Amino acid sequence: MSQVENFDAVPGALWRAIGSEIGLVLRRRRNQVLLAGLAALPIVIGLAVKLVSSHTDGGVGLITKITNSGLFLAAVVFVVSMPLFLPLVISVVAGDALAAETQLGTTRYAMILPVSRTKWLGMKAVGLVVFVIAGVATVLVVSLVVGFALFGVSDMTLLSGDTIGPWAGVGRIALMSVYVVASEMGMVAVGLFISSLTDVPIVAMAGTAIVPAVCTVLLAVPQLQAIQPGLLTYHWLDLTTFLFAQPDVALIRQGLLVQLAWVAVFGSLAWARVASTDVKA
Amino acid sequence: MSQDDDAAKVTADAVVTTTGLVRRFGKQVAVDGIDLAVPRGSVFGFLGPNGSGKTTTIRLLLGLLGADAGTIELFSQPIPKAAGKVLPRVGAVVEGPAFFPYLSGDANLARLQAIDKTDDPHTARRRRGEALERVGLTAAARKPYHHYSLGMKQRLGIAATLMRPRDLLILDEPTNGLDPQGTREIRNLIRTLHADGTTVIVSSHLLSEVEQVCTHVGIMSRGRLIAQQSMDDLRTARVPRLSVEVTADTTTAARKVLAKLGLAPDGTDEASMLVTIGEVPVPKIAKALVGAGADILGLSLEQPGLEDIFVELTGAGFDVAG
Repeated sequence: MSQVENFDAVPGALWRAIGSEIGLVLRRRRNQVLLAGLAALPIVIGLAVKLVSSHTDGGVGLITKITNSGLFLAAVVFVVSMPLFLPLVISVVAGDALAAETQLGTTRYAMILPVSRTKWLGMKAVGLVVFVIAGVATVLVVSLVVGFALFGVSDMTLLSGDTIGPWAGVGRIALMSVYVVASEMGMVAVGLFISSLTDVPIVAMAGTAIVPAVCTVLLAVPQLQAIQPGLLTYHWLDLTTFLFAQPDVALIRQGLLVQLAWVAVFGSLAWARVASTDVKA
Repeated sequence: MSQDDDAAKVTADAVVTTTGLVRRFGKQVAVDGIDLAVPRGSVFGFLGPNGSGKTTTIRLLLGLLGADAGTIELFSQPIPKAAGKVLPRVGAVVEGPAFFPYLSGDANLARLQAIDKTDDPHTARRRRGEALERVGLTAAARKPYHHYSLGMKQRLGIAATLMRPRDLLILDEPTNGLDPQGTREIRNLIRTLHADGTTVIVSSHLLSEVEQVCTHVGIMSRGRLIAQQSMDDLRTARVPRLSVEVTADTTTAARKVLAKLGLAPDGTDEASMLVTIGEVPVPKIAKALVGAGADILGLSLEQPGLEDIFVELTGAGFDVAG
């Protein structure tokens, strides 16, 4: 007769599971390529600015700002990547989160270990959040390095006209990146939910990627003014407030609240879906 | 022993019991009120034509699907309520193995261990290695899964169930894609597990395979469990037939003698015949044949094969039930 085992959870089991999920997300070649793509952005923009500035004398205000202090490159890269590139990259990974394992059929083998539905969703959510952090960190670090290399670091002239020292500048950029991470949490929740609806990852990816585009369309319709402040992308570009001497804290708070609301709504929907569905795959 | 006594004896010590289990998909009833009882320590052949509800039943047992009606108990604990307590004792391969193509075989197994909260991390690597060894995949453990042949994939699926001691193994078509050597190894594996006291449920189409290893059989057809017995009972309930083979020139004499005994061999004038013997003892038939001058080439009592029983019970043709 085989041994009867003790079936209490082994200490650290949750961390092992989360670690496994993070490993799966970060070690996947395709995801690494996506991160490399994000890293390419500051390199491309930095080189472009360098090229333009070396051929013209004065140049546009923003370009002058960058050439004066490489720290501004990071700010520009964030502003450029927020509306499209970053959400697109996140859509790809988020769309995969649940749908890929459903398509492969590995979900059923996880379920019979057993892994609770809540833990399953939680693992996937943490994996995604870590990927977002990795992505933003990649953009941040590469931007700072490229900015330093191409344009040197000196006092940063803020959009409000004040000047701050380089370390304070790095601090501002770091705060910006934290806000960027927080701003993408809504996308993570939406992606998880859409991923729970299908067993075709590419459909989930497309569905998630459309959301910011839909928001952009809705933002262009003046009659929808009432709901616009609640849209996912409404406060995305408010990250520029960190480039003012006195950042508008109220604006940041609003932005964070909007993300929180989207996480609450779509997170609950995703949980309801994962907790109750038959594992047919 | 009557059917009811049989059933009562089995449920008293059953690893899997269901009562009135029902599951529908829209209007179609996939599982139509079945009372499954898998005895402890048995090798239970779970058979049925395609579309009979076998896989749905297995998914219900494992908590992957919810039942519309009826109860399920694994080790006397209700599913899905006590699934957390019971499923660690169960290993299964359901509808083929499923793994990440871009991870190696070993990494895939490690993934399963990492997300299993009752799996001991200190012994994880050793157990993983032993499981791979047991299915013969040690050499290929580091290759990415998408490079595996069908047989290798199947073996990995089985390895995943063997990483920790199991009290119940549910194997859905375990020999799918395996060459004869692999099939033999699976058969031996099942025998070893059986000897260890593990209960094994084997769902298979290869009736000849099932016949060789199974101690009990459950046959499903159109969502109903139409037979559930030990192999011995199943065989003895069926009437054996006598296979008589005589030389070509004495065939007529042989057939004449059999007709005189009141027996009806099949065919019209073939030298090789099957005859249901009823109450007539075999030695009497043998003496009668010899006495009539028939030159006997072969005389044997044939147990009906599982395939014959299966086809007879399910009336299966080529068409899927629905």
